[in-house]
Amino acid sequence: MARRAGALIAGGVALATLAPVAVVMAQAGGRGLTAPDLAALRFTALQATLSALASVTCAVPLARALARRRFPGRGALITALGAPFLLPVIAAVLGLLAIFGRSGLLNAGLRALGLPEVSIFGLGGVVLAHVFLNMPLATRMILQGWQAIPAERLRLAESLGFTPRHYWQHIERPMLQDVVPGALLAVFAICLTSFAVVLTLGGGPAATTVELAIWQAVRFEFDLPRAASLAVLQVLACGGAVLLAGLVARPSGFGAGLDRVLPLPAPAGWRKGLDALVIGLASLFLAAPLLAVLARGLPGLAGMPAAVWPAAATSLAVAACAAPLAVGAALTLALGRAQGRRWLGPVAMLPMAISQLVLGTGLFLIVFPFVNPASLTLPVTILVTALTALPFAYRILAPETQTLQADYGRLAASLDLRGGAALRLLVLPRLRRPLGFALGLCAALAIGDLGVIALFATEDGQTLPLVISRLMGAYRMGQAAGAALILVALAFAVFWICDRWGRHGTEL
Amino acid sequence: MKKLCFAAGFLAAAPMAAAETPVLDVLTYDSFVSEWGPGPAIEKAFEAECGCDLRFTPAGDGAALLARLQLEGARSQADVVLGLDTNLTAAARATGLFAPHGQTPALSLPVAFADAEFLPYDWGWFAFVQNKTLEAPKDFKALVASDLKIVIQDPRSSTPGLGLLMWVKAAYGDEASTIWKDLADNIVTVTPGWSEAYGLFLEGEADLVLSYTTSPAYHLIAEQDDSKTAAVFTEGNYLQVEVLGKLKATDQPALADRFLAFMLSDAAQGVLPTTNWMYPAVTPATGLPKGFETLVQPSKSLLLSAEEAEALRGPALDEWRAALAR
Repeated sequence: MARRAGALIAGGVALATLAPVAVVMAQAGGRGLTAPDLAALRFTALQATLSALASVTCAVPLARALARRRFPGRGALITALGAPFLLPVIAAVLGLLAIFGRSGLLNAGLRALGLPEVSIFGLGGVVLAHVFLNMPLATRMILQGWQAIPAERLRLAESLGFTPRHYWQHIERPMLQDVVPGALLAVFAICLTSFAVVLTLGGGPAATTVELAIWQAVRFEFDLPRAASLAVLQVLACGGAVLLAGLVARPSGFGAGLDRVLPLPAPAGWRKGLDALVIGLASLFLAAPLLAVLARGLPGLAGMPAAVWPAAATSLAVAACAAPLAVGAALTLALGRAQGRRWLGPVAMLPMAISQLVLGTGLFLIVFPFVNPASLTLPVTILVTALTALPFAYRILAPETQTLQADYGRLAASLDLRGGAALRLLVLPRLRRPLGFALGLCAALAIGDLGVIALFATEDGQTLPLVISRLMGAYRMGQAAGAALILVALAFAVFWICDRWGRHGTEL
Repeated sequence: MKKLCFAAGFLAAAPMAAAETPVLDVLTYDSFVSEWGPGPAIEKAFEAECGCDLRFTPAGDGAALLARLQLEGARSQADVVLGLDTNLTAAARATGLFAPHGQTPALSLPVAFADAEFLPYDWGWFAFVQNKTLEAPKDFKALVASDLKIVIQDPRSSTPGLGLLMWVKAAYGDEASTIWKDLADNIVTVTPGWSEAYGLFLEGEADLVLSYTTSPAYHLIAEQDDSKTAAVFTEGNYLQVEVLGKLKATDQPALADRFLAFMLSDAAQGVLPTTNWMYPAVTPATGLPKGFETLVQPSKSLLLSAEEAEALRGPALDEWRAALAR
């Protein structure tokens, strides 16, 4: 039963992602790829690689510091790590510019000290923004890894008199080898299709991504096969990364524990100072732009247009449908993968690498001959949102599902524990924490995602991101900032509720 | 009970009545239909006189609109397409989907304009918008020689970006590449769309932003802020002329013609200046709204024909990319 469900869902995901690309590919025209396209691919891969490495490099010490230190406000800080990821891109960019921009705080400080100014625009700025947006996500993913180390291993390590170096060698390094490739892969894939951040902060046409080439092909040249070829190129780049991550990743193999909660050893001395420094710097780096977003948005809240509230309700409804769909599918795929069907992993990652524009265009071409696309706005939005959120849920669930299978698979099989009973007695209790995190993240993503709605949009029935973009298009930047703040607050509230449910009764 | 029956009968009759009312489908860009755009007022005014249901379908921006039309092709349900500009009309004409509009309005455009298929409804001069405290550059040469910082839009994803590309080409022809090379160190960044660029400018990331001479009117009229102005260039400022056209395949040809004529009537033209923040194609009898008289007026207007613009776009883009890629 579960076996068939896994294959069925994988088939559905592959069909929903690849059929639109195939339909777009099959249209007339086709100029083939050009030299600038390849330059765009190079730049795209370069910035995504750098962004992934930088994000995870910063995330590892932060996750370790958060895992082994206890201080007031720690829980709030961990929850707040969800926030940057949920910001609408343009709000995040303007928040960063308020700190690092030409008239931002940093340059004001440098000017006051008589030092030369720094410019955020260029490759450095792109990577900085991607680190701001994705490092918190990577931190949460890696923190899960630290949290999943069974207390029994820590006891053993303690009784063997492990020094911090021994801890690193025998416990932390194997754990990281299990978790880090997945985190790298997630950030890489997000940055691969990142569009507005790269263009706005890139500084010029040297910073051109494949996604922009796709836009150009669809909108100004109406060369659909070329757009599809570019989309395939993007999938291949992501596919390469999936393979690479698969080769590097090693299961940590700690074995099962009795779920006793034991704090990690917290070495004193300079290590304590270092951890404090890491936490302080990271908080400052993440909080300053967030506070700028807050400061920009608050004045706009006073004059909120009435359209914001129905739009917020629509966005919430989309999230309520899409998030359980995405997490349910991801859980089935992750369980199937853990039981040895390795091909399910790449399928689950597929939607992350697909260009939203090509996906939307393909879906439009598929439904247009039969029904008015405007009548399908909501179902299509839910489907595409669930599809794009699925890889995130899968990446969060996969490592712990793997562990679950390794630790309890044989016991469950010998008890003939299957189907609903297995879900209720084994999977849900054991995976509650990652499930809550995944559900919250997917719901928040669904609230913030503009997605393919543009092609299926109607005069009314708008979502919150669409209202923000319309406000900006009508010069109303202040109100747009206010509406963006409402979006963040909503997304964050939903995330907090789900995450809270997942963390109930754990030490995290 | 009686009341309930009446209500039920009324509810049942309502869809029938709607089915008898002719529906005019207008495909347009997103900011036209938003509650801050011209759409709602125009819908109300036209429905009051046509006895029909005017339905707008939003499709992103101007370029997305053209792509949407090409995706739908002859099967499109739309009767009228509203919101292309002259840099896109050649491609739109090439689809063969448009019918002649057959209208001869007295246009108040600063250049002579005639097009059998596409009817202008508003227009504006592209210009670099700035704060009044800054001394405005006189032309592109003064701009490239200065250390002023500008933010522009990408011609591959945005219609104002494409407008600037055509502007430099119309003003400098073969020299355009040199202008772009010299402009490279003035450009802070190239954004995917107008909103991001204008947002960056308002946040103080650039001294000037590519927008319209009418942009300061928004700040003046809607925000009572007279601190913004636009730079008039001696080479001339390039025009954006926004047009609408009727589709051959329309099932409401008479209604579509009526809408085309309505869009040039005072009722519609009077709405556009303070919702779309552009000049009306036919100045209404009441004149322009108060505040528009404060706007700078370029003495020279540049505009390439639709066919020239289409032919130049590819080469001009390659030139632009080569000049700006470091």
